[in-house]
Amino acid sequence: MTTLLVAFLVSTIAAATPLLLAATGELVVEKTGVLNLGVEGMMLGGAIAGFAAAHGTGLASVGVLAALAAGVALSLLFAVICLTLQTNQTATGLALTIFGRGFSALLGAGYVGIPAPTLPKLHVPGLSDLPVLGPVLFGHDALVYLALALLAAVAWCIRWTHLGLVMRAVGDSHEAAHALGYPVVAIRYGAVAFGGALAGLAGAYMSLAYTPMWAQDMTAGRGWVAVALVTFSAWRPVWLLVGAWFFGALMYLSLYVQALGVAVPSALLSALPYVGTVVVLVLISRDARRIRLHRPAMLGRPFQVGG
Amino acid sequence: MLRIEPRGCESKFWRYASPLLALVLTGVVSGLIFAAMGRPPGRTVYTFLVMPLLQQDGLQALAVKAAPLVMMGVGLSLAYRANVWNIGADGQFILGAICGGGMALAFPDAPAWAIFPVVVLAGIIGGMLNGGLVAWLRIRFNANEILTSLMFAYISQYLLVYLVTGPWRDPQGYGFPQTAMFADNTLGPRLVADSNLHIGVVLAPLVAVALWLMLERSLLGFQFRVLGQAARAARFAGFRESRLVWVAMLISGGLAGLAGVLEATGTVGQLTPNLSPGYGFTAIIVAFLGRLNPLGVIPAGLLLALTYLGGDAAQISLGLPNAVTGIFQGILLFFLLGCDMLLLNRVRWVSGGTRAAR
Repeated sequence: MTTLLVAFLVSTIAAATPLLLAATGELVVEKTGVLNLGVEGMMLGGAIAGFAAAHGTGLASVGVLAALAAGVALSLLFAVICLTLQTNQTATGLALTIFGRGFSALLGAGYVGIPAPTLPKLHVPGLSDLPVLGPVLFGHDALVYLALALLAAVAWCIRWTHLGLVMRAVGDSHEAAHALGYPVVAIRYGAVAFGGALAGLAGAYMSLAYTPMWAQDMTAGRGWVAVALVTFSAWRPVWLLVGAWFFGALMYLSLYVQALGVAVPSALLSALPYVGTVVVLVLISRDARRIRLHRPAMLGRPFQVGG
Repeated sequence: MLRIEPRGCESKFWRYASPLLALVLTGVVSGLIFAAMGRPPGRTVYTFLVMPLLQQDGLQALAVKAAPLVMMGVGLSLAYRANVWNIGADGQFILGAICGGGMALAFPDAPAWAIFPVVVLAGIIGGMLNGGLVAWLRIRFNANEILTSLMFAYISQYLLVYLVTGPWRDPQGYGFPQTAMFADNTLGPRLVADSNLHIGVVLAPLVAVALWLMLERSLLGFQFRVLGQAARAARFAGFRESRLVWVAMLISGGLAGLAGVLEATGTVGQLTPNLSPGYGFTAIIVAFLGRLNPLGVIPAGLLLALTYLGGDAAQISLGLPNAVTGIFQGILLFFLLGCDMLLLNRVRWVSGGTRAAR
């Protein structure tokens, strides 16, 4: 029983990590009033860049940095088109996802089925050997802890710092923020790049730790689940964590039940997390007033000086 | 420095020039990407865009590829006009194929005149069910249709995999994940005997014209356009948003379902797990390239169909993975959206430092 429980907790935390990373980035982006639907594409870009760099250099850490850079590069592409050229954000985000899928598939064609170094797991003598608590708390790789630390930092920054206040102002009323002299577009550029960096890290986690290999479309919709998580959390960081763990647990359970050989066909179980996303979205969105209360008022609206 | 200034009114010139500019820029940039990958850019672009047309039956292959893209693109352009973001046309396509294909498998002995309409109708209903569910969740529960429609695309794909690996698997198929071939009488008529020109090739342009008439010449179409451009004005005018969302999702879902069932019966002849090579997502680009105008969707669908054929040609003759198609499509959509900036804005060179305070 304890081993089952430990396996469940450890796997849930692992499955939640890419969701948490990508969703934390998207939260920052949306807080400044930008909707970037390209998370899936940026994750795939990060996954292949990280895998290729780790394979080439033999160092997983170089892979992580490459993934981060790839995520930022892809997000800046989005930023130039939709912040400077003021295009429709929904459509531009879709374009980024389509582009990222194609680009990663092309780059990754030579990397299918070969190994790369994986991220090492933490081992603290003593602590990591504790029963239950050891593997659950002290046995993960660095990105798992980084994801949690980044979420905490983002939560603190948005709530308590001057920068967070300015970000919220830009997201809730870009006209007012502009009138006060804040560089609206520059702040949004920064947020989009941050979101890209985290989506890239989420991709690196997929290809260097979660399933250490490259496969076409290996993120399988996790980028979209991350976008859904931000809505689910009603733009509050704590609920992002709850949501990520919930979906992590759902993903683990659909794998676990398959492994048990239960009579439910595996294809149907694989659909479970997506069904779960729809159900949770419906439950959360039902209260339209609550969503409107927390939603950044400028979400998805382009800003133009004098426009 | 370069500055972007509002024009104040829409430019007539750029309305038609901007998609062409986007195409040229896409050609240049993808050529550069090919060059960076060590491929001869001229030859690769040629293989991509010209060679498929020169092959035997090239135009026929193009028409067959374009039919589903045009059908879905028309439905999506209608929905996007009303700011209804159905991005799960892929799922509606698959569900249409499942429902129609299921009928074809269930009644292999029925006479062709009776079963084919049933198959097609089942396909349309399948797509409409999926689209309608998305509409209901948005109207009744305020659930964002971007996310729900996309999630249903994944769910439909897994449902298809379940069916072709489980209950519907062909017992004589040597364990391959696919259904039996549909009986000949369920496949529908051909425009030319012994070709794969199915009726979708004719239906697609007809659908485009019909929806263009509806959008441009009917009150319902007017309501769609107002809702998309000024949702508040639409509310003051008393247009019921929920009704328009229903119509948009049912039409775009139904057309995707129709495209799916015609692809399954007309082109493939059975259900397989990779029935849709991302048609539903390509149709999004088709809709934008066609300026969200059903008539514009026809040439746009033909062009994007060419990128699929080009992807195959590049794979066969240059050894490039056919994911190149995705890159090409993504860049095209970026440039399309970016160039549209020129519709409402002009780019001007302003001598450094002077910032017009407004």
